[in-house]
Amino acid sequence: MAATEQRAADPGVDPAGLATRLSRLTLTRNLGIALVAGVVLLLISNALSPFDNLQLATMAYTFIAVAGLSLLTGLNGQVSLGHGALMAIGAYTAAKLFAEDPGPGWPLLAVLLAATAVTALAGVVIGAAAARLRGPYLAGATLALAVALPSISERFPDFLGGSNGLTIIPPLPPSGLGVDFALERWHAWIACLGALVAFVVLANLVRGRQGREWRAVRDDEIAAELCGLHVARSQVLAFVVSAACCGLAGGLFVVVTQLAAPGAFPLALSVSLLAAAVLGGLGSLGGAAAGAALIVLIPRWSDDASAALGLTTNVQANLALAIYGLLLIAVVLLAPRGIAGIFGRAAHAVRTRWESQQMRRHERRGEVG
Amino acid sequence: MMVTRKRRLAALMAVAMLAVGVSACGDDDSSSSSGDGGAPPPGVTDTTVKVGGHFPLTGPAAPGYSQIPKGIEAYFEYVNAQGGVNGRKLEYIARDDGYNPTNTVKVTRQLVLQDKVFALLSGLGTPTHTKVVDFLNASKVPDLFVASGCLCWNEPEEHPWTFGWQTDYLTEGKILGQYVAEKYGGKKIAYFTQNDDFGEDGVKGLDMEIPKDQVVARETYESGNTEIGPQVAKIKAAGADVVVAFTVPAYTALLRLAQVQLNDVTPLVVSNVGSDPTTLGGLLKSFSKGKADTSLIEGMETASYLPALGDTENPWIELFSKVRQEYLADEPLDGNILYGMATAYTFVTALERAGEDPTRQGIVDAIKEGDLQGPGLVPTRYSADSNAGYSGVQIGVVKDGVIELTGEPLVTDAGEGAIEPYTEEQPPPPSEGVPGT
Repeated sequence: MAATEQRAADPGVDPAGLATRLSRLTLTRNLGIALVAGVVLLLISNALSPFDNLQLATMAYTFIAVAGLSLLTGLNGQVSLGHGALMAIGAYTAAKLFAEDPGPGWPLLAVLLAATAVTALAGVVIGAAAARLRGPYLAGATLALAVALPSISERFPDFLGGSNGLTIIPPLPPSGLGVDFALERWHAWIACLGALVAFVVLANLVRGRQGREWRAVRDDEIAAELCGLHVARSQVLAFVVSAACCGLAGGLFVVVTQLAAPGAFPLALSVSLLAAAVLGGLGSLGGAAAGAALIVLIPRWSDDASAALGLTTNVQANLALAIYGLLLIAVVLLAPRGIAGIFGRAAHAVRTRWESQQMRRHERRGEVG
Repeated sequence: MMVTRKRRLAALMAVAMLAVGVSACGDDDSSSSSGDGGAPPPGVTDTTVKVGGHFPLTGPAAPGYSQIPKGIEAYFEYVNAQGGVNGRKLEYIARDDGYNPTNTVKVTRQLVLQDKVFALLSGLGTPTHTKVVDFLNASKVPDLFVASGCLCWNEPEEHPWTFGWQTDYLTEGKILGQYVAEKYGGKKIAYFTQNDDFGEDGVKGLDMEIPKDQVVARETYESGNTEIGPQVAKIKAAGADVVVAFTVPAYTALLRLAQVQLNDVTPLVVSNVGSDPTTLGGLLKSFSKGKADTSLIEGMETASYLPALGDTENPWIELFSKVRQEYLADEPLDGNILYGMATAYTFVTALERAGEDPTRQGIVDAIKEGDLQGPGLVPTRYSADSNAGYSGVQIGVVKDGVIELTGEPLVTDAGEGAIEPYTEEQPPPPSEGVPGT
């Protein structure tokens, strides 16, 4: 039990598990993980049908947004119900910069960087306000953002396309990959690459000085200030990083769906991002991946299930939401640190059992000796 | 101890779910080509043809429109019971997009990439379907009989795989406009329209026939925002003698209720897609918590390209009533189910024509042969250089809760052309009610 508490006191992100011991240098270790994950994703993507590649791409950009939110809430203690709106900022930026029907647009990389940068800039403004708010007030302010922001497009129908939204021409795979190369697979590659880049950046931030600062501010603002940390700056920075993630996610959303419309960023999106972060385990990047996978897969499973059971449309439309709700309750009651916590605890249990066995063997040997 | 066991259970559950997820992702099937040559195209087997569409099965546009796929399925079952088309049974998949374009993109890809449908049939809505036209054409999937009267489905050069079906809103606007201009000559006329391509095309047609100085108010609404009181108050303040509406059913009902609240009895002229009395009756009842019903829309005028439901003598209505009785017994035959069955009939005609081994190109060519009037009151415009459907409408009025057609069918073009009566008798359905029998 004492060991468990010790672990609970260190909620830092531990995406590597055993690899942590092998490599002491954070950057090389994270790059190594990203490389291995990249190869695995490439193999998976090549084995998948176009529709499953589309799901993979959806998981990838959802992961980026969930990871950003998980970092903000889990490591810095700020709750946000407005991350869907931040994704909308990234998506509209990207949609405006991509090739619209007439005229050439920006290259893909520049578009994604711009979407990230513009959203980060919005994050500075929102973060500055957020740093002055606490708990439910912060949740309320960000909630207002999620409700209000998408309807701005209806105020400027000529520039932002109204409720119709903006459509883009999808980025096509390079001709070197062959004519039969599925568009969806190419988009999955782009989205997964974006997710890996986000992973490396976040994992380094979290394990480094900045991550410790964020955790210190989360645990006790006064103590952190007494230690010489700038609390407000640290909170704003956390919000900016988190917003930048949503910007990238929004940009990739446009790549994958070729559409930025207000209907894509309802309040439900913001809430489901938070749900995914909690399901996966707040503050954990691995957990964010698991949470993102769940919010993409649950609607699919529930659709299949309700089709198989012959449920009515109204039940079918709400089944996924009900499952989220039940899962969330179950996770909060049984595994407050989410899926990542479950795995962490399982790994820990194996380790302690192994260690205590070693110890006992040692003792016995000592007795005999 | 108990707690640990529970936690272990939760962990096991999570692992199991992830494992299922991985296996669900793992079904490899990379056939994405449009299947020319020897192999049958996607969605066609020796015994079946699978098609699908996207509909608002939930949300504000669902009342009424969610009945359309039921009509399609019922007629398909009727055809299947008589041996199908060239020995193949028809399957239909309706996916819910909630009239939200983002969901339309999602479910349409699901239909094409996962369900692998042969063609899209009757994907519903202008703001929704415009988002998937490029994808469908790039994938060379026949995009048949879009359930919307946007002019944009008739772009055979740019979108050769997309076909309209119902009379386009411009044509309908012209004919309604001429009728209103004649009946309300010199009076004040107000427009109430949906703020997108649907409303705009309609207004374009109305403006071609109604003198500009007679239009005293041009109000619009955003689909999804049910607060339309201010617009209706402005229409009343302008002293309109008639309101012409290009609305979906929910907004026709909201418009009427808002008028009633203002003690306003100005008559309504409503476009075909927003005028089904059965749907409106249900909506009026549910919006007013049971206080209002179909009597509120008695005398409302509209237009139709299909025979009127009240015309029980019409052989097409007889046929579709029979199909409903057999395969959709617990639903009344309303305008939406009639719409679904009529679309399905047109599709079956085209599929029949595409021959023993239908291909995606084959069914497109079959439609371009034209002559697909089927249950319509007027001919279609399908030809080598046109992907447009019905070419006109007949004016109708709501009497005792059903639409009764008046006058004669009128046809025109989607341009400056004159409006002319169409005098030819409507051909009856084939004896067994299935094309080719």
